[in-house]
Amino acid sequence: MREIIHCSIKDIKPDVDIILKSQGVFTPPEPPEKINALLDMSMDLFGKLSIPMGIISEISISEFEVVYSGEGQNEKNTPVNEIFRRADNLALFTATLGEGISREINELFKLNEFALGCMLDSVASEGIEKVAEIAQNHFSEYLSKSGQTTPSTRIMRYSPGYCGWHISGQKKLFEFLHPEDIAISLTDSFLMQPLKSVSGVMIAGPKEIHHFEDNFPFCSKCSGHTCRERIKSLR
Amino acid sequence: MDILKQISENLRGGNDKKVLEFTKLAIEQKIPPKDILDDGLIAGMDTVGKLFKAHEIFLPDVLLAAKAMYSGMDELKPILIREGIPTIGKVVIGTIQGDLHDIGKNLVGIMLKGAGFEVIDLGNDVSPEKFVERAKKENAKVIGMSALLTTTMQGMRKVIDLLNERGLSGEIKTIIGGAPVSEEFAREIGADAYGYDAASAVDRVKKLTREK
Ligand code: B12
Ligand code: SF4
Repeated sequence: MREIIHCSIKDIKPDVDIILKSQGVFTPPEPPEKINALLDMSMDLFGKLSIPMGIISEISISEFEVVYSGEGQNEKNTPVNEIFRRADNLALFTATLGEGISREINELFKLNEFALGCMLDSVASEGIEKVAEIAQNHFSEYLSKSGQTTPSTRIMRYSPGYCGWHISGQKKLFEFLHPEDIAISLTDSFLMQPLKSVSGVMIAGPKEIHHFEDNFPFCSKCSGHTCRERIKSLR
Repeated sequence: MDILKQISENLRGGNDKKVLEFTKLAIEQKIPPKDILDDGLIAGMDTVGKLFKAHEIFLPDVLLAAKAMYSGMDELKPILIREGIPTIGKVVIGTIQGDLHDIGKNLVGIMLKGAGFEVIDLGNDVSPEKFVERAKKENAKVIGMSALLTTTMQGMRKVIDLLNERGLSGEIKTIIGGAPVSEEFAREIGADAYGYDAASAVDRVKKLTREK
């Protein structure tokens, strides 16, 4: 299964609380008027300029073994490494908002519209996560329609650049995924262009396989420990 | 209220049109341009920085104030240049080669400019040669480098090595920042300073330029 996904803007409405948090705005119940106005303008620009698209492509465990080994730069042991062999199904994914939104953010900074540029950046960073969620929903629907799920099946996304999976892993990932179909390319330093893009693997399997401890050597340098929340959310 | 106070108070409220209006008025009334800069624009931005540090205002408020500061600054700059009034220093900033994350670097640039520095922003994916050559050409006192990726942060070392190779390390100081770097990493690669956030970047760059 390989699918190119075109999302509608109304399905990827970014979460306002997360955006405000990333802007350091903590004011329950309502943020100040000026900040609300910036948020409204950013949401409007986001709607007009984003072209949200994604690709999901199923991959076997043995094929993923090759993708995951990447350029040989991963940490010795990682959550993905512990999990993927126990999965029922795997799919690679990438998602983007297109070039327009990044161009607008740069333009706003050039015009000294810093507050709007920065707010739009936060909106777009949150928006791209929503596109990845939609991609995950497609994978989930595909699995259940083809009778490949059980009541305990859960899907989690993992990306190169996180938790010991080296960012250079994007090279092999893209050799398999062919993201040029949705105009994503990789720079020499393994970053995606357009900037507002994400990539990774979706791992589907019984809930238990997704549980791991946050005590890998690299965890000591991790500030967020976001794996804890992600695992908790797998009810 | 005197004009310079009007400038700084309107700047604090992010009222760019009023800041521009009062800056023009101050110029018309022959207030020395250096006073308009120091006691109007920079003073206003300084208060904004302090309020932000004290968590009394939010990042968007700071950025609206910065826009207001720039509107006054754009009016004043040609006069400062004509009268040969130097800025407190030139800083060349950029995101290190291979890295595209640039929001943090942008914020640092905005705050440095707000503090009165002349900032030359080289953008993202900047090679070590470009950092060094541009800093030399512009006679900059400081190079500020940003990295958000553990894979690209090593590129900062190359800039410092290049400065050493060319005998420029006494003349041009270096400051680094970005999520994966730290005070310890700065020491390890021989950078002159590390800035945790945009506010500390301003303090550190001021210190670096005073040290000279
Ligand atoms: C937002 C974000 C994104 C956005 C893009 C944002 C943008 N416009 O740049 C999106 C969602 C698109 C994104 C995507 C990806 N990202 Co990203 N991203 C982040 C995130 C969450 C925040 C970065 C940010 O903008 N922060 C806000 C600014 C204001 O803060 P800041 O940059 O730290 O800057 C402040 C200070 O550090 C300091 N500072 C910064 N520079 C300088 C310079 C000087 C001189 C000084 C003194 C101070 C200073 O002052 C600033 C202001 O206070 C970080 C995580 C993190 N905690 O940093 C990951 C992070 C940078 N991303 C990461 C990764 C891996 C990716 C992806 C590769 C993931 C993937 N495979 O899909 C993709 C790559 C995108 C691509 N095009 O290739 C990793 C990098 C890990 C690594 N190994 O190096 C991070 C660290 C996440 C993680 N693992 O925890 N990302
Ligand atoms: S603690 Fe951080 S680095 Fe370690 S597994 Fe959790 S999220 Fe990944």
